[in-house]
Order: sequence, then C-alpha cells, then structure tokens
Amino acid sequence: MGSITLEKVQKIYGNVEVIPGIDLTINDGEFVVFVGPSGCGKSTLLRLIAGLEDVSGGTLKIDGRDVTDIAPAKRGLAMVFQSYALYPHMSVRKNIAFPLKMAGVDKAEQDRKVEAAAKVLNLTPYLDRRPGQLSGGQRQRVAIGRAIVREPSAFLFDEPLSNLDAALRVNMRLEISELHQSLKTTMIYVTHDQVEAMTMADKIVVLQAGNVEQVGSPLELYRTPRNRFVAGFIGSPKMNFVEGEEAARHGAYAIGVRPEHLALSKESGQWKGTVGVSEHLGSDTFCYVHVDGIGTLNVRTSGEVSVHHGDTVYLTPSEANIHRFDKDGMALR
Amino acid sequence: MATKHSRAAARLMISPAVLLLLGWMIVPLAMTLYFSFQRYNLLMPGMEEWIGLANYQYFLTDPAFFDALINTLLLVGGVLVITIIGGIFLALLLDQPFFGQGVVRILVIAPFFVMPTVSSLVWKNMFLNPVNGLFAHAAKALGLQPYDFFAQAPLASIIGIVSWQWLPFATLILLTALQSLDQEQLEAAEMDGAGPLSRFFYIMVPHLARAITVVILIQTIFLLSVFAEILVTTNGGPGTSSTNLTYLIYAQSLLQFDVGGGSAGGVVAIVLANIVAIFLMRMIGKNLEA
Amino acid sequence: MARQVKTSRKIAFTVIAWGVGLAIFFPILWTFLTSFKTEADAIADPPLFLNFHWTLENYTAVQERSDYFSHFMNSVIISVGSTLAGLVIAVPAAWAMAFVPGKRTKDVLMWMLSTKMLPPVGVLVPLYLLFRDAGLLDTRIGLVIVLTLINLPIIIWMLYTYFREIPGEILEAARMDGASLKAEILYVLTPMAVPGIASTLLLNIILAWNEAFWTLNLTAANAAPLTAFIASYSSPEGLFYAKLSAASTMAIAPILIMGWFSQKQLVRGLTFGAVK
Repeated sequence: MGSITLEKVQKIYGNVEVIPGIDLTINDGEFVVFVGPSGCGKSTLLRLIAGLEDVSGGTLKIDGRDVTDIAPAKRGLAMVFQSYALYPHMSVRKNIAFPLKMAGVDKAEQDRKVEAAAKVLNLTPYLDRRPGQLSGGQRQRVAIGRAIVREPSAFLFDEPLSNLDAALRVNMRLEISELHQSLKTTMIYVTHDQVEAMTMADKIVVLQAGNVEQVGSPLELYRTPRNRFVAGFIGSPKMNFVEGEEAARHGAYAIGVRPEHLALSKESGQWKGTVGVSEHLGSDTFCYVHVDGIGTLNVRTSGEVSVHHGDTVYLTPSEANIHRFDKDGMALR
Repeated sequence: MATKHSRAAARLMISPAVLLLLGWMIVPLAMTLYFSFQRYNLLMPGMEEWIGLANYQYFLTDPAFFDALINTLLLVGGVLVITIIGGIFLALLLDQPFFGQGVVRILVIAPFFVMPTVSSLVWKNMFLNPVNGLFAHAAKALGLQPYDFFAQAPLASIIGIVSWQWLPFATLILLTALQSLDQEQLEAAEMDGAGPLSRFFYIMVPHLARAITVVILIQTIFLLSVFAEILVTTNGGPGTSSTNLTYLIYAQSLLQFDVGGGSAGGVVAIVLANIVAIFLMRMIGKNLEA
Repeated sequence: MARQVKTSRKIAFTVIAWGVGLAIFFPILWTFLTSFKTEADAIADPPLFLNFHWTLENYTAVQERSDYFSHFMNSVIISVGSTLAGLVIAVPAAWAMAFVPGKRTKDVLMWMLSTKMLPPVGVLVPLYLLFRDAGLLDTRIGLVIVLTLINLPIIIWMLYTYFREIPGEILEAARMDGASLKAEILYVLTPMAVPGIASTLLLNIILAWNEAFWTLNLTAANAAPLTAFIASYSSPEGLFYAKLSAASTMAIAPILIMGWFSQKQLVRGLTFGAVK
C-alpha cells in the first residue's frame, strides 16, 4: 500500500520560502509526476517526502501514518537518484543486496531476491561487475533494482533519465512505465521534461516557485490548463500567445493557440504572415510565421507541405481550441 | 542540506577536534602573554615579579630585534622569489615532452623529503665548506680563491639551502596547475595569432595565479619559522647576521633562560605573523570560494 | 588531439631536463655515494665520483656510535603515532564538515588553518615549561601529543577535500536503503574514502618525520628522533663526511621512498585541495 498525503507542507531555508505550503494527495498505485522548470522546488518536495530534508511545517502521511519526524529508512520508500548513487566499491550484486543486508534479511533470501530483480532488469550477466564497468543505462537499472528489492510502498525517482542520451532515455522511459504496470506500486517521479511527464504520468503536478499550479491527468492539463504558465509548459512545441487587439476580440487579455491548432494555407485565411524559418522533420513541418500586429507564431503542419523562407502564408486558428486568459494569466472559461 | 538528526550528530563528531585545537591555541598563548609581563629567568628561581612592559621595551629596542626582523623578511622574500621564478621555469620544462619524464620528476621532487637538519648539514659541510667542500674544490680547480660562504654571506647561504628544499614544492604545484590548463585554450589562442610569449603571459600566467597564491601562502607559513637550518649551520651568526625572529626568541628563552624576554618576543612574533596571516587568509579565502 | 612532436626537439628537451633534474638531485646523490667512501676518499681533491674504495664501515660506525636504530624507532613511533591519533580525531570532524555543512563550516575550517599560522616559537616557552612540569620533556608521548596537534588542521583539511568528492547522494542512498549512521560510515563512506585516508596518512607521516622545531627543542636523548640525531652531527663530527653521509642517508632514505610514492597526493594535501 502506498498512499501519500501532504498537508500544508512547508520548506524554508533561512529566509527563503522554497515551498510556501503544499496540500497534495497521492493515491495508492498512482504514477505521479512532479514537473516544472529548474528551481521550482520539485526535487525539494521529493526529498521532503523521502525524509532527506526536514519539513519546516505541515504534516506528511504515508498510508495514514504520520511520518513527518520519522527517519528516511523507516518510511518504507525507495529512491532512485539522478546520479544513480551506486556504491562504487561494491559489485552490482552487493549494491542490490545492500538494503536487504541493512534490513537483516538472511543470506539465502538476499540471493533469491537479487537474482529475481536482476532477471527482471536484464542484469544477470553483470551481477559481479562494479558499477564503474557498466553503461549509463545499466547503472540506471541497478539503481532501480536496488529500489525494487526493498518492496517499498512507493518509489521516488529524482530526474532519473537526465544523464542518459536521447535514445536510451526513450527506452528507459518505457521500461519504467512497464515496471509500474507490473508492480502497481505508487511511483513519484520528478522531471523538468514535460514529454516524460505527459507520457508516463497518471497524474501530473505542475510546480512553479514552490507552488502547485495545477494537478491533473496529462490530457486534462493539455485541454484545460488552469493558467498561462501551465498552458505554456505543457505541450510541445509551446503554445503561441497573442495579446492586444486579437485577444480583445475574444474577450480576453491574452489568447493562446497551440501550433497544432493553427491551419496553414497559401491562399487565404484569418491572419496573413511571412514565413521566417521552416523546419522539415519529415513527419511534421514547423513554420515560424511573422504575422503583422501579432508577432511570430509557430505552426505545425503535415510533412508534405512545402513552404520556405519569405513565402506569404495565411493562418487560421481553430476557434474551439483557443484558450483565453485574463490579465493575471488565469484561464477564462 | 540535512536533517536535525544529522546536524546533531555532526556537532558531536566535530567537537573533539575543535576543543583540542582551541586548547592548543589558548592555553600556551595565555601563558606566553602572562610571562611576557614578568621578570622570569630560569637561572634565578624565586625572583619572579610583575614588571609591566619592560620585557617588550627591552626586546623591541634591542638592535638584534631589528636585525632579526630584516633577516626574517629577507629570508621569506628571497626564498619565495627564487622558488616561484625557478618553479615556473622548471614546471614549463617538465611539462615538455621528453624521455624519462617520470624519473626526472622524481629527481626534482626529492629535496622536499629531506629533513631540514640533513640538508643543512650536507650543504654546510660537503658543499659550502671553504676547505673540503665541493665548491671549494671547484674554485681551486679553476684557480680561484675558495669562498667562505657562511662567514661572508651567511644569510644568503641559508636562503640558498632553504630554496633548494622548497623549489620542488613550488615546481610540483605549478606543474600540476599547468597540466590542468585546457589545451584547447592554448590552441584557440594560437589560432587567434598569439605567439609563444603571448600565450605564456596572457593564458598561462593568469591560469597559474591561483597556484602561485597557494605556494606563497603555504611557504610563508613554513618559512616564517625556519629554525633547524640556522641552528645547525650558523647559530644565527656571525653576530646576528643570520638570526631570524624564531631563532632570536629561541636563543633568548632556551639559551639565556630568559622566559620573560622570550615570551615578549613570542608575543611580538605572533602579532607579526597575524598581520601576515590576515593578508594571506584573505587571499586563500578568495581562492577557495572560486 | 596530441600533436606530433619533432624528435630533435624531444631529444633536446631530454638533455636539458635530465641535466636540471640531476643538478637538483645531486646533493642527495653525492651524499649517498660519499656514505660508501673512506673518510680520506670523502674529502679527496679532485673529488672521486665512482672510482673509490667502496665500504660499509660508515654505516656500522654510525650505528655503534650514535645508536641509529633507537632514533629510527623514535621517529617511527612519533610520526606514525601522531598521524594515527590525528586521523582518529579528524575523520569524524571531516565527515561532519563535508556532509553536514552549516553556515559556519567554512569559518571553522579557516580558523583551523589559522592555528597553523601561529608561530611555534610564540608558544615555545610555555610549552617547554608545561612539558617540564608534566614530565613530558624528552618523552615520545610528549612529542606525539605536540605533533598530533600541529598537524591536526592539515589532516582535517585533507580529509575534508577528499570526503567532499564523495557525492552526498550516495550517502543519502544508503540512508534510504535503511543504513544507520554507523552503517553509513562503516560500509559506504570508509571504503570509498580509503585512498584519501591512505594518502593523508602518508603525507602526514612525512611531515611529522621531518618536523624539526619541536623535535629539536623538546627532546634530549631518550626520545630524540632522527632530526635531532642528525643535528648532533653539527660539529665537530660533521667534518667526518663519510659518517655524516651514512647517517644522513639512513635518516632520509625511508621517507624519501615514501615521498616518491605520495608525490601526487602531496600537491592536493599541502594546498588544501586548492590545486589538483
């Protein structure tokens, strides 16, 4: 079991309020992603849950039990660190067995669990190597193995993929998702990469400056962002924002249109502009179009469209997908 | 980044070291200060009395004090100049590709590990001795009059010996710093049209600045209290021509048994060292921030 | 990319570098050679380089007359003892400062370093009197105490710089894995810090071995280490070059060999990690 409840959890360093006070409930078995720009407090929040930092105020409960003042080891959580934090002087086998050894599990049982975890993670051939002899992806798996054998009530991941190259990152993302499907254990995952958040999460928590901006499923955040920050942060490429006259026409201080919700035509349309740069990715083409009186808009079209620098084009937003925001950046519904 | 629990543990773990060093600093310091206001001579037990600043007056007006102060500055400054300039040249040389780098490095570093009493005696007797020293032999072979180093230039001779001991240290540190210089920086400078001299002054010297600072700091700490080299070569003489502050105070306290006078000298030495230290700590403090 | 170096250039530098290296090393080499000469050969003019009558008589003479081995043992006990004592005090302190840094950690470190700036001669008198009254003059334990204290700041600094290179995340991982503070230090920190602890040990033994202010001033006969043993050759025995050389060779050989092994650590150690 692994439900985690935060009640007015606060973190203050000296005079700096890193986290002014967060209320959050994570249900058992959920895959929750904390996402936000660097310095938004997402890693701090994870470390507070882990117990590696003291909370300055509020309470933290795991399965209803108050763990605010309980040592990290006794919270029944497992953590995978950004640097993997493997013990360099121990073999892979000993690394994975370490939490079991600390828990006083007997030797035969340790071996059995290590072998089982290694099998799941394809680490069996590497059990007697040192971490220094492994590739980044393999080290990552060892770190996960070390977490699995504890059979924790929840897994905590602190930007686990940021040290891997792009191709490996996609693979590990799938592996972690699959692991979650098979274990059905609560996972909390911190990342600054909104693609990871969108692809992996059951529930995304968007953080900025220590505050929760919005909590919801990936599609909820995509469809109905609560404010401009979430609208801009979720979705790739970023949403286009337009202020001034055009926005006023829609009865808002600013409007937002995603690149995929703009139709591009060479003949006619609502806004006329000139193509600055066009990026042909094969499957898609992204055009940066300079529109008079509005600014530069990013448009996504199919890969077959042929537009070039200097071409005159017309853009039409899909009215149903226009997001409207007030002066404070809050969404108007 | 830590919890209350680990902070409490940390305080407990650090306290033995702090308490010992605090005691080591405060107890003898307080005693030195106390003795410095006393007439206290080990040869005249029972005559101790409070004499105010008389010891200081006596010590500071003693012409030997002024000589010792100058000698101390010359010794520290001379050795620093020789070892840093020599060290830069040696580091540049050892950084070149040549056969047997490892062995030459070992040869160059060796003097640092020779204890001061050994290096002083070896130099004094086997090299600088005016009758049987190697330099005397060499002078005679060239038809020159052998030079009596310790009689004619005692301080310079000591500076030479101490420099020989510290040159390896400066070289090793500067060489390490030189090797940490990013080769791409040098190549970029070369592409920008900088010749070898410009590369040295505009790229290497600024890069070495931090290492040079460190060499000055560490060597100054040790050079201010050069003692054994003087004790086994000149005993501070002839006259006071090779007496530094450390040796002067030693002589006053343990050769003349004048505890009061020696203590006053000790306080003066501490004050002077602190002036140097404040200056140096600023320097290294800045460097450690970086 | 390493560039191709012209062979002629490399040979030229080889000649220069070896010349300079041998010149700097020469006094040690000459001492070593002289230690195998007869006294007459030692002062021969022109000097004899290798073509002399090789003898070991100086070594036996030095041992017989000045009891080299007892001084050697004093040096070993004093330098190793003070270093081990220093480590026992320094390891916990360095752990605390490296892994649980507070607002004042930097100040504490700087203050520790500043105790090294205290000129020893400034506290010579009281220490001499304290030792006299406590019966510690000319005892090994007395010197162990003094050398432990004067080298403690360097030991702490060195360990601190080594510990700081161990990522805190690894210790946190151990904490998450259920390790107690004791298990964390015993199973995770110490094995990872072994190279750092070893080089700290080595460098401090060297420093203590060669320390020549307190060892000269606080010992007479019983506890005198090799520094004081050699100082006794100051005069008039210093004029017996072959014996002086034999004594010198024996005094420096052990530490010279250790020093060559630790030259890499020497730089970091003595520069408090500021130069690596």
